Amino acid sequence: MTTVVERASLKHRLAEKGVDRVLWLLVPGAVFVVLLFVYPFLYGLQLSFQPKGGGSPFQNYVTFFSDDYLAETVWITLRLGLPAALFNVLASIPIAFRMRGRFRGKRALTTLLVVPITLGTVLTAEGLLAFFGPTGWFNRIWIALGADEPAKLTHNYWGVLFSLIITGFPFAFLLTLSYLSGIDPTLEQAAATLGASKRQRFRTITMPLLAPGLAVTFCLSFVLAFSVFPSAVMVGNPAGETHVMSIAAYETALRDNDFALGSAIAMLMALVMLVVIGVVLIWRTTLYRGATGGKG
Amino acid sequence: MAGQRFAELHLDRVQRAFGDTVALKGMDLTIKGGEFVALLGPSGCGKSTALNCLAGLLPLTGGRITLDGKRIDDLPPEKRGFGMVFQNYALFPHMSVRRNIGFGLSMRKTPKQELARRVDEAVRLVQLEEHQHKFPAQLSGGQQQRVAIARAIVLEPPLVLMDEPLSNLDAALRLEMRTEIRRLHQSLGLTTVYVTHDQEEALALADRLVVLRLGEVQQVGSPEEVYAHPVNRYVAGFMGYRNMIPVTVTAQDDEHATVRADGVELVGVKREELGAQAVAAVRPEDFTVVAEVGANTLEAVVEIVEYHGREQAVEARLGDGSQLHVRTTSRLAPGDAIRLRVPVERVLVFA
Repeated sequence: MTTVVERASLKHRLAEKGVDRVLWLLVPGAVFVVLLFVYPFLYGLQLSFQPKGGGSPFQNYVTFFSDDYLAETVWITLRLGLPAALFNVLASIPIAFRMRGRFRGKRALTTLLVVPITLGTVLTAEGLLAFFGPTGWFNRIWIALGADEPAKLTHNYWGVLFSLIITGFPFAFLLTLSYLSGIDPTLEQAAATLGASKRQRFRTITMPLLAPGLAVTFCLSFVLAFSVFPSAVMVGNPAGETHVMSIAAYETALRDNDFALGSAIAMLMALVMLVVIGVVLIWRTTLYRGATGGKG
Repeated sequence: MAGQRFAELHLDRVQRAFGDTVALKGMDLTIKGGEFVALLGPSGCGKSTALNCLAGLLPLTGGRITLDGKRIDDLPPEKRGFGMVFQNYALFPHMSVRRNIGFGLSMRKTPKQELARRVDEAVRLVQLEEHQHKFPAQLSGGQQQRVAIARAIVLEPPLVLMDEPLSNLDAALRLEMRTEIRRLHQSLGLTTVYVTHDQEEALALADRLVVLRLGEVQQVGSPEEVYAHPVNRYVAGFMGYRNMIPVTVTAQDDEHATVRADGVELVGVKREELGAQAVAAVRPEDFTVVAEVGANTLEAVVEIVEYHGREQAVEARLGDGSQLHVRTTSRLAPGDAIRLRVPVERVLVFA
């Protein structure tokens, strides 16, 4: 009798602390994270401290920063990732602003805006090559309008930037739309009855409540853009102005067979992303981050 | 602090449709400066639609609104300058109490010193001195409500619109805030349009009641008029005439009607032109439990008794099976056979 009671109460006590059989649902996720993220990451980290040619454990990092061709990749990648993320976030604000609420054709328009996600980078790159290429539609119109020579918009910086915008915008848009939909519309109505014009309402009510969401959107958009690889090869100039960090890591590891230096580049890539995200999130802590549902 | 007075706000056949449904069917109403008008009705009666049309948050689909002869229904809300208190308060969550209250003034580019002075005054008026630097999320429902009211009236608007401002508060606080709103209205003389579904609230606050149903005005009048003399059975039902006894009309003259209910003859006040069938509307508290059979007396059996302190709420059943609601100070028990008398002037007969 006593034992039965005690066993039941242990189970009960565990359940109070959130330990019950539902916890097993976390197992597949935890296994995946350990096997596919934590282990490879730590393996790469220790590999980066074992330079191929021996020497100091930091030799790979010294090599990276003393080789201009490699060191420059940080700047090249930032120059693509930051403007692309910034553009995507800023462009998504007016569109999301218009798209909240209910109206005719909303579903069709949302679908149109989100379709690029499903296309994949390769198809987008192919499309860009055809459209912006020297004999593509864009340049035919450009020449017809009186230009002397076709504009060079592929196989360089611009091609990759366009590709990042096309594939990154839907993510930014969907996130911004959901943040914006979370702001109680009666707040703006209240501001209107208090004499705030449309512009004042946007500046004093909508923007401050949306800004923390935009910070998160920017971080995610930036991470997506910063790890650019296929389009930097296909519509960029992978040996020159779009020699991004992921290409450098790939070439070092798989072409030159220096896995250790490749890992070091990958680690530096992660570090740069963390620094940018950190700066943005620190700025975010200065903003109001509470409820936006209007009841205060 | 006092509102900028106007002489007359006129709603002329104001209509609002949402697709095929007409939420407000040609509303006519004249509001005089300084008045407290309550729009009363159940949800879906068009009262909030009317308020949003007044505020400018909903464009009209017909009719016009004029303020002292000047047409205002084509102005956006920010140009109308009416204060509005929202049902969910709609306080700006990222601004302190003071900045919420001063929002309208800063939109108007009020000089700093004057802004601070007027916000101080408003904060004092709604007794939020200790809480003025807090954020809305740190306030209780009643305090949030006070902020919302202060924010609307600090601009001294010609008209204050209130959309069920007390419906999110608990019962005790609701009574307290009701008195507060009445006090503010009396001391500031702000013209107020107040939307509610609670007839008690409307009766307690308003100088004039507008009872709405399905987008149409049923009755406009003082609380006494609407309470004692509802124009139709719908308004009567809303004003607490819980007993709607189906009756047969046996005789009628200009003022009174004689009707039969459950084999008993009742004489009541005729409120409408009557056919052969009608309803007699009686408030639960207008019945008196009497010992002997007499004029205007129904016989019933007590079914359920609820104790309400000084009074009991009784549900009784007539011989023909229809139910009666009675409030009485007599002590009754289920199963008692009782006789209920009601004065002639407290029986209202509707078609």
